[in-house]
Amino acid sequence: MEKSALVIGAGIAGIQASLDLANRGVKTYLVEKSPSIGGRMAQLDKTFPTMDCSICILAPKMIECFRHPNIELLTYSEVKEVHGSAGDFTVKVVKKPRYVQADKCVGCGTCADHCPVELPNEFDSGMGIRKAIYLPFPQAVPRVYTVDKDHCLDCGLCKSVCNAQAVDLEQQPVELELHVGGIVVATGFDVYEPLRITSYGYGRYKNVITAMQLERLLSASGPTGGRIMRPSDGRIPRTVAFLQCVGSRDQRFGYPYCSSICCKYAVKDAVLIKEHRPDSEVYIFYIDLRVFGKGFQEFANRAKKEFGVKFVRSSPGEIREDTETKDLTLWYEDTLTRTVKSLKVDLVVLSAALMPRSDSVELARILGIDTDRFGFLVASDSLRHPVDTQVPGIVGCGYCLGPRTGDIPDSVMQAGAAAARLSEILMAGSV
Amino acid sequence: MEEPRIGVFVCHCGINIGGVVNVPEVVEYAKTLPNVPWAEGNLYTCSEAGLSSIKDAVKKNGLNRVVVASCTPRTHEPLFRSTCEEAGLNKYLFEMANIREQCSWVHSHEPEEATTKAKDIVRMAVARARWLEPQDEPEVDVTDSAMVIGGGISGLMAAASLATQGFKVHLVEKEPQLGGITRRLGKIYPTLQDSSEIVDPIIKAATSNENIQIYTSATLKDVSGYVGNFKVAFKKGTEDVKLDVGTIVLASGALNYEPPKGSFQYGVLDKVVTQLHLEEMLAQGKLAEPERVLMIQCVGSRTGEVWTYELSDMTQSFAARLLSKILGAKKEEGWPYCSKICCMNAIKNAIRIKELWPKAHVDILFSDLRTYKEYEDFYRKARAMEVKFIRYIREIPPEITEAPDKKLKVAVYDTLAGVETEFLCDLVVLSTPLCPSKEDVMLARMLKVPLGPDGFFMEAHPKLRPVDCQSDGIFIAGTACGPRDIPESIISAKAAAARASILMANKKLKTEALTADVNTDLCIGCGLCEELCPYGAHKIEGGKSKTIAALCRGCGVCGADCPRHAITMRHYSDRQILAQVEAMMAK
Repeated sequence: MEKSALVIGAGIAGIQASLDLANRGVKTYLVEKSPSIGGRMAQLDKTFPTMDCSICILAPKMIECFRHPNIELLTYSEVKEVHGSAGDFTVKVVKKPRYVQADKCVGCGTCADHCPVELPNEFDSGMGIRKAIYLPFPQAVPRVYTVDKDHCLDCGLCKSVCNAQAVDLEQQPVELELHVGGIVVATGFDVYEPLRITSYGYGRYKNVITAMQLERLLSASGPTGGRIMRPSDGRIPRTVAFLQCVGSRDQRFGYPYCSSICCKYAVKDAVLIKEHRPDSEVYIFYIDLRVFGKGFQEFANRAKKEFGVKFVRSSPGEIREDTETKDLTLWYEDTLTRTVKSLKVDLVVLSAALMPRSDSVELARILGIDTDRFGFLVASDSLRHPVDTQVPGIVGCGYCLGPRTGDIPDSVMQAGAAAARLSEILMAGSV
Repeated sequence: MEEPRIGVFVCHCGINIGGVVNVPEVVEYAKTLPNVPWAEGNLYTCSEAGLSSIKDAVKKNGLNRVVVASCTPRTHEPLFRSTCEEAGLNKYLFEMANIREQCSWVHSHEPEEATTKAKDIVRMAVARARWLEPQDEPEVDVTDSAMVIGGGISGLMAAASLATQGFKVHLVEKEPQLGGITRRLGKIYPTLQDSSEIVDPIIKAATSNENIQIYTSATLKDVSGYVGNFKVAFKKGTEDVKLDVGTIVLASGALNYEPPKGSFQYGVLDKVVTQLHLEEMLAQGKLAEPERVLMIQCVGSRTGEVWTYELSDMTQSFAARLLSKILGAKKEEGWPYCSKICCMNAIKNAIRIKELWPKAHVDILFSDLRTYKEYEDFYRKARAMEVKFIRYIREIPPEITEAPDKKLKVAVYDTLAGVETEFLCDLVVLSTPLCPSKEDVMLARMLKVPLGPDGFFMEAHPKLRPVDCQSDGIFIAGTACGPRDIPESIISAKAAAARASILMANKKLKTEALTADVNTDLCIGCGLCEELCPYGAHKIEGGKSKTIAALCRGCGVCGADCPRHAITMRHYSDRQILAQVEAMMAK
């Protein structure tokens, strides 16, 4: 029985699972395909309903992972093959070339200062820019720069300015073979890009953005330094409308489920906008306001009473853009008063459906586990063993299990449950 | 004591601090303070770059004290302390100055004053740092057995996980039977399995595990001790049982809320029942084929919710009606939270009625239908079976009166149709929330753990420590923490087991250094400290006070009240605090 585990995905769920396993005495390999650990939680500005700064409460955990003697971080790496069974898995992991030597890079950023290539930054949901050699965000762990070879001009400037001589543009992928007793899948979610919902104009109208993009605008370390500016002209919006259930709860677009967290974060973001600028008008257009869970109903009541956020029970039919001012007009039926109305706003935020990572089905194939029709993992017994997959020794946690309740505490609890399940197997051989 | 050499590290925290406080100015100011040979600013002191920079500076400048001026010690002190350790310093030679929560965030519109205040805070931290001393964290043994309070599915699952991992578990249940509230349910959503299919295997797994000792009909009497070394006492029948355990899992569950008599005619008309009653009627075959069943959501939950409507938007008659209702409304009894599970529960029972009697009408009055995640499919299934969903406004609650033929008349304002509708029904079912038990107050006191504003047990941090209690060594599982459904309860139970297992597997635990230190030369053994200590950490032995380090939480009550000034708080000595106060006064 190998007293070791593999955790795939280093968002809050994967990080917590790794810490719970490592503290239990299990040697843990934490594999993350992107250059830094942190996942979605690192992208958020504040977390509901306590309004904790997200990265501020996450960063200590990221660093704990980095320093833990029982955790080996394998960032910018992907799982390619898995063989074996509970207690004895053999895993092939490929470390992709960063073109920067991790042991030499000091993270000073001189290379990025000199790099001539500017690209939309994925971490900022495309709202900010990064260079072709980049650190995804200031608190990234490990603090090692990465070259985006797809967009690199091979000009060699980064190499010539690096005092640490860390840049190695000839670096090759490295294949590792790991032996582990159990596997935790924690690959998280993607955000639906609502391009197909043409009536909302996302992709055509500059001032229609997704909630994840808004998070980056709200964040102090985001592209606007925490100022909410609308993309068309940089003006601070006076009126903002949130549209709930964009793509989700909607059979036309393929996501009939409820994403579970959008009502809660929309209320939070609405309050944040009000805090940034109390004279702004914020509307939330909802079908059912789903603020269930500890403290959320109370928080929504405060949003209404103390902050004056306006809730409208309606699913707007169409958004039109004023081609000159780029202001937006929403057409909707207020189902409470049964009147068709229009509302002119400066910025529209779409609470788009959350869906599995695009490669979730491929990863499931490698692991030999089942996914549902959307690509979320299927539990072996959804009521009694909600984190187990059909393959003994492989468990899941976080949003890859489906929307469950989907928020941070749920992900943390699922991570604990996944760690407990593996401990049962690894410590007692109970498969 | 060696000459203090203090390094000061001032964090920009992106723009959180740097956007308000002039950080370079604070750094320059820090350099002018006595015993500060080194000061620098960092974009993020908590980033790897910032931490390496601290370690480098300690080595290069021979620093023996570190001050970080940044955010709150609640989240970041452990990190900076361990950085000090890595740099070869005792971690108690670290001091944190909070210039974010206590400065830049609250003075975001006054950059100059904020900068002055940041300097004051840094000066105070440096003054205290001069007097810091290295401290030890004594190790205590951890008993590798656990007590689980509550024999519902959460308690049983937590016990099973710990027992499987090899730990001895004592499960204490006050009822004669195991299975908790789940046992009272007929079917479980969304699979519509019999509850016995879920509960029985879980009970069997727990009762057949030789590592689990089960005590039913047992009443908890006392819990004392501390993490790793709890002493618990309970009564099983006439027998007194005393046990030593290392950890405690609190899985005492929740109650189903009973509406007060008269609320929606509950307790007045016998055809008005709660979902749990309906559940039992269905399970026992006591419900005759109804023509129409009407369910009302959010009875006793989401109280105090005031939705102000734009009256100008409404038809006059509706606005007038709304106003008269709001003005005439009595204070609603119940709980302000959303109980999370009631929507699915109502749909489940609606589906069951439709399956039994396809001709029966079932209407569900709701204000927001919260069928999150894939429960949306369950909602669709009910609609396909012609269960009707009618949205009412909470300010205009449905009115229930008696009607001929043993029927009930329910009048409700249907917001979608914009009219008041009347129904004649055979049964009105109230969806009431899960709520905390009154006994939780006693339990909370016994365990010295807090209850939240909603009356449920409060977790150490609602986001990142959802199953930890604020008292070390105690973990919360299931609905004791708030409404949860079965898979969520099981997940929390397993998570609690994971956290408890870490403590027990490590067998030893480092304790807090910040404890009371009794100077026995000064102590006269008056016993005031023993009397005052809320944690039972002081004992008079041989005429002198003695501190039980693992129990002491360093609150300082004893130190403040000792008539002989014989008690000093480690790491918070009078000298350290006074130095800080003096630095504040000396502008």
